[in-house]
Amino acid sequence: MTSILFYLFSAILLFAGFRVITAKNAVHASMFLILAFFTTAALWLLLEAEFLAITLVLVYVGAVMVLFLFVVMMLDVNLEPLREGFTRYFPAGALVAATIVAEMAMVLGGRYFSSENFPAPVPHGADYSNTKELGEQLYTVHVFSFEVAAAILLIAIVAAIGLTFRQRPSSKKQNIPDQHRVSREDRIRLLDIREGGEA
Amino acid sequence: MFDLSSILSEQVITVLWTLLKIVVIVAPLMLSVAYLTYAERKVIGAMQVRVGPQRVGYKGLLQPIADALKLMFKEIILPTGANKTLFVIAPVLSIAPALAAWAVIPFDDGLVLSELDAGLLYILALTSVGVYGVIIAGWASNSKYAFLGAMRSAAQVVSYEIAMGFALVGVLMAAGSLNLGDIVRAQDGNILTWYWLPLLPLFVVYFLSGVAETNRAPFDVAEGESEIVAGFHVEYSGMTFAIFFLAEYANMILIAALTSILFLGGWLSPFQGIPVLDEMTAWVPGLVWLLAKMSIFLFLFLWFRATFPRYRYDQIMRLGWKAFLPVTIFWLFVEGIAIYAELGPWFDGVLGAAS
Repeated sequence: MTSILFYLFSAILLFAGFRVITAKNAVHASMFLILAFFTTAALWLLLEAEFLAITLVLVYVGAVMVLFLFVVMMLDVNLEPLREGFTRYFPAGALVAATIVAEMAMVLGGRYFSSENFPAPVPHGADYSNTKELGEQLYTVHVFSFEVAAAILLIAIVAAIGLTFRQRPSSKKQNIPDQHRVSREDRIRLLDIREGGEA
Repeated sequence: MFDLSSILSEQVITVLWTLLKIVVIVAPLMLSVAYLTYAERKVIGAMQVRVGPQRVGYKGLLQPIADALKLMFKEIILPTGANKTLFVIAPVLSIAPALAAWAVIPFDDGLVLSELDAGLLYILALTSVGVYGVIIAGWASNSKYAFLGAMRSAAQVVSYEIAMGFALVGVLMAAGSLNLGDIVRAQDGNILTWYWLPLLPLFVVYFLSGVAETNRAPFDVAEGESEIVAGFHVEYSGMTFAIFFLAEYANMILIAALTSILFLGGWLSPFQGIPVLDEMTAWVPGLVWLLAKMSIFLFLFLWFRATFPRYRYDQIMRLGWKAFLPVTIFWLFVEGIAIYAELGPWFDGVLGAAS
């Protein structure tokens, strides 16, 4: 049963991955990328890595791809001109692809990744908590690398904001405290208007 | 051969049994959605000194059925230049997460479709996936108004998700579990041991973020009818529109259920620990208490809509990023200190349970 599901999800994943690079429309390509993330999460679920699987959906599908789609839709990229030189660049592309395939075959076919070294995971009981296990590992054994990763991410955030944040004098924005301080007298002027037009 | 068929039939029975349970959850949910629209029109009508629907059936009680039939028989119009596949997929993407999230909602002690260990995370993941329906609908419609609505909605949902996630972190710190059933069990005691009291700021932030996530008034700039007609679903008609409508109301009910479970003790009785009242109400099933708590929040949704004018877009962003997010982070620190100080009656067992 598990292997049927594995092959089913793998087939969908390969199809989605292929469509990401062949889809004519950039939005369609992003949607296939989302499908690829979903099926990857399903594959991870088969490995009992439910925390990572749900986090993959939460972070990549729920946040990253939303912003990605946002940008793709706004830019409205036309992929046709990008395809024009396909035959000309094909030999170089094929060479790179062949190299990558050969490298992966060497790594995955070598003794480190052989199936003897990676036996199927033993199914755990119903009371086994993947989340708790992961948390304990992260915050005890790997706490140093975890903190280093956090610091690197923080630096990346600060750098990204520093690089893109510039205040243009022409940009218009509301000053919220000013708006809050407005009183009735600033906005309303009472006029005493008499009948017949004399003010 | 015999073994294989018996295993297969066992799996078929499991699948059928699960399907039956799903129907038992989804059918009342759909009915609640129908009557929530009726309640909305009646409640807002009363607040605005009108009567609301009253013609179809006794006091208008058949109005939602009539509306549903009308929507079903209307023509579905595909706009010219629309991206047909995505245009049709969008409502599906909208309703599927809204329904799938109900799989982990515990209605009573043990009365849950899937006792998922990472339930809270699953909920968070599914609510964040719900925004795709809106974005894809806005883009595929090939309409400027729909696209503007989709952009507004995407930015708003992504912003409020962060505050919402942090509020959930507070709950899981206090309960020491991501399992929704365990979270309710951790609140066991009396009305004061429920998490609304020690996590009051998170409770408020969570519910208001929930209102913003469902694009309800006063955070409904995504469909602000005074500026962009109806926002992302402006090009949808008939059943496709009805599905967006269903998803929005199913999400409202979901947010109400989650707020009740996370902060108001889910199926627990409010009279727990009170000598005479507790025994008198012991026969009331937990489901009734949960539904009563959910009704309070659903009423708040309607009350908000009748009371507040729509927020301006920059005010929504300001509230999410500059008010809700700092409040939640600050309260997480306060909670962390309280857990280390073993502040009773809420946090005295947390440290021991975690180690």
